[in-house]
Amino acid sequence: MDSDLSPQDKKDLDKFIKFFALKTVQVIVQARLGEKICTRSSSSPTGSDWFNLAIKDIPEVTHEAKKALAGQLPGIGRSMCVEISLKTSEGDSMELETWCLEMNEKCDKDIKVSYTVYNRLSLLLKSLLAITRVTPAYKLSRKQGHDYVILYRIYFGEVQLTGLGEGFQTVRVGVVGTPVGTITLSCAYRTNLAFMSTRQFERTAPIMGIIIDHFVERPFGNMGHMHPCNYRAPAEEEGGYTGVEDSQEVCTTSFSTSPPSQCVSALSTAHLKSLKPAVMDTLKVPVMSLGFSHQLYCSRLSYQPPVLVGAADFCHPSTLNAANPHQMGIPGKEGGVPQQVPVQPCHAAQAEHARASSCLPNDHVPAVPSGSGEDAEASSRSTDGKSVSPRDVMETTFTRKVGAFVNKPGTQVTTASLDLPFAAFAPRAYDIEENDPMVQPPESPATSSPLQGSLHSQGSGESGVPAQDDFVMVDFKPAFSKDDLLPMDLGTFYREFQNPPQLASLTIDVSSQSMAEDLDSLPEKLAVYEKNIDEFDAFVDTLQ
Amino acid sequence: MNCRSEVLEVSVEGRQVDEAMLALVHTILLHRSTGKFHYKKEGTYSIGTVGTQDIDCDFIDFSFVRVSSDELDRVIRKAVGEFKDAMGNGTDGMGQISLEFYQKKKSRWPFSDECIPWEVWSIKVNVVNLANEQERQICREKVGEKLGEKVINIVEVINRHEYLPKMPTQSEVDNVFDTSLKDVQPYLYKITFQITDTLGTSVSTTMRRLIKDTLAL
Repeated sequence: MDSDLSPQDKKDLDKFIKFFALKTVQVIVQARLGEKICTRSSSSPTGSDWFNLAIKDIPEVTHEAKKALAGQLPGIGRSMCVEISLKTSEGDSMELETWCLEMNEKCDKDIKVSYTVYNRLSLLLKSLLAITRVTPAYKLSRKQGHDYVILYRIYFGEVQLTGLGEGFQTVRVGVVGTPVGTITLSCAYRTNLAFMSTRQFERTAPIMGIIIDHFVERPFGNMGHMHPCNYRAPAEEEGGYTGVEDSQEVCTTSFSTSPPSQCVSALSTAHLKSLKPAVMDTLKVPVMSLGFSHQLYCSRLSYQPPVLVGAADFCHPSTLNAANPHQMGIPGKEGGVPQQVPVQPCHAAQAEHARASSCLPNDHVPAVPSGSGEDAEASSRSTDGKSVSPRDVMETTFTRKVGAFVNKPGTQVTTASLDLPFAAFAPRAYDIEENDPMVQPPESPATSSPLQGSLHSQGSGESGVPAQDDFVMVDFKPAFSKDDLLPMDLGTFYREFQNPPQLASLTIDVSSQSMAEDLDSLPEKLAVYEKNIDEFDAFVDTLQ
Repeated sequence: MNCRSEVLEVSVEGRQVDEAMLALVHTILLHRSTGKFHYKKEGTYSIGTVGTQDIDCDFIDFSFVRVSSDELDRVIRKAVGEFKDAMGNGTDGMGQISLEFYQKKKSRWPFSDECIPWEVWSIKVNVVNLANEQERQICREKVGEKLGEKVINIVEVINRHEYLPKMPTQSEVDNVFDTSLKDVQPYLYKITFQITDTLGTSVSTTMRRLIKDTLAL
């Protein structure tokens, strides 16, 4: 079959297929960045726009696409796939769609490579632009940010659709016949998006385990400082970080099993305050989130490099044959024959992916609250004789039982289940560690917020926790309060407003009086209303 | 040569008519526009670059891609606006926008040039009125999904790679392409519409056009 194709045509065709593959990847990835794309039309050909379409080239994406292709071209049995997935801030991920560029054996020998195939590939790219806005992942990608990010992965070889769940749909973008085979571009997309919420619940218990597994595979040595909190040495100081890393720094400290003073000092309000900006910083930009994805996916086949939309050098003209614009045709014939195919290096050589180090803490941030709690809890093990740590944020009258990541994996249950503030009144079955010397705390409502559950006092036995049987509150210390810091704190607020005065209308005396008065005034009121009945009718008419 | 004819049907609320029509017409035109041709010596030509732009709809949960050409957008908006005005505001009704791609065939005097359509897209619109905001919200999403299906239909038809006019010589380019725009060059097209009132009778510009065409011949 190839013998029918002239060498020049074969060369042209290979080039077309190669750049078509690269442009396909660009279109798909750019459509999932979460931003509206806008490129300008130009009446004069610049020579750098393949297929007569203004599609910018994000260098990292091109680089990774070339890496995935590894010098090969999509061919029969060798498909190029772009997988789009979603990853939540809690670490759950889900494949959303897979775009496949495939080739089958059906050849169109008579087709003109240099013109017809080229134009049809251009048409196919336009169709891809249209279809990428139509699949469900587009809307999701436009809303990515705090709660989740969209990731991509390029791979070459066999198409893998198992991650799309049951009932996935397929849409064919288009086909282009060539003398060596028919190029097909299609998309398989997930329809069952409810999958994720169930997974989140299932994963609640071993969440620490997942984080451990997650980062074990990470090959990047320079990510050492970004390792999960449980790997960090205690009280390790690392300066010069951004806000994100600072908070992670703090939270890593809090995850350790270091002595209480060091741990609890990390659990300052300042730390908690810094958490929020950290979350914002890491999750605010789709670009960064793609970078973040890079970290996580490095353990998988390919990359997700940070896509620096703003920073990337789009549309590198590179060294082109300026003399020859993109497409030269001899009109009148069925296909004009381009006199020269543009030579387009197209590769703004990036030596390495930018490793957006600030992206990683996404995974850490959600873990922080529970981790911090466990850290404080770790300290609680040695607080038999110690008083309440001076920097306790929350002087709830309860304490954790075992430390995080201590050699008791069985106790690594969720914060909520361990931190039963009123565990004293809970069945003893919860007291897994019978040898824990700490006093059982009084129960508070089940904590949905891990933050709340994680902050606790030490040595609560001394701080006026009531004995289990006599529920006598010696000193009311509500959650999140710090008695010693502010004149008007939460505790004072509670006390003041705990017993609001009765509403006047609800007191018996007043109500009985007003009732009588009301009854007396009724006839008068009715008379007034009847007098104004015309007005009311007119009003009702205007409403219709 | 047979003219290829495709029909798309959508049901929309009154205020969604504009955007729904724009979305579909622009999607079709995206595929039926090329860069500007620049003819050179020896009968060769180069083609300009077509840029694209994402457009979000305000009344429909939908985004579409159109050619980056303000001029073209203005022309299409004007036509769609006329269609919407003809449909009337706030009333139920049915209408149809036709986007017809044609070639001109020069005739000798006294006959005027012949317009030979090679592809006609008919977008049938059914306008409904909704009673409350909740229904409108549901309609917003449903129409968005429907438009997505229509875009897939359009792409499917276009990628059958059926008849397209041959690339013209410089002297004939105006018979195939609309060269009036500065930045892009769509195939010659015309947009017509007809309105069906609620009684189902056809009050149409089409009838008048048919008569006119017949007389012209």
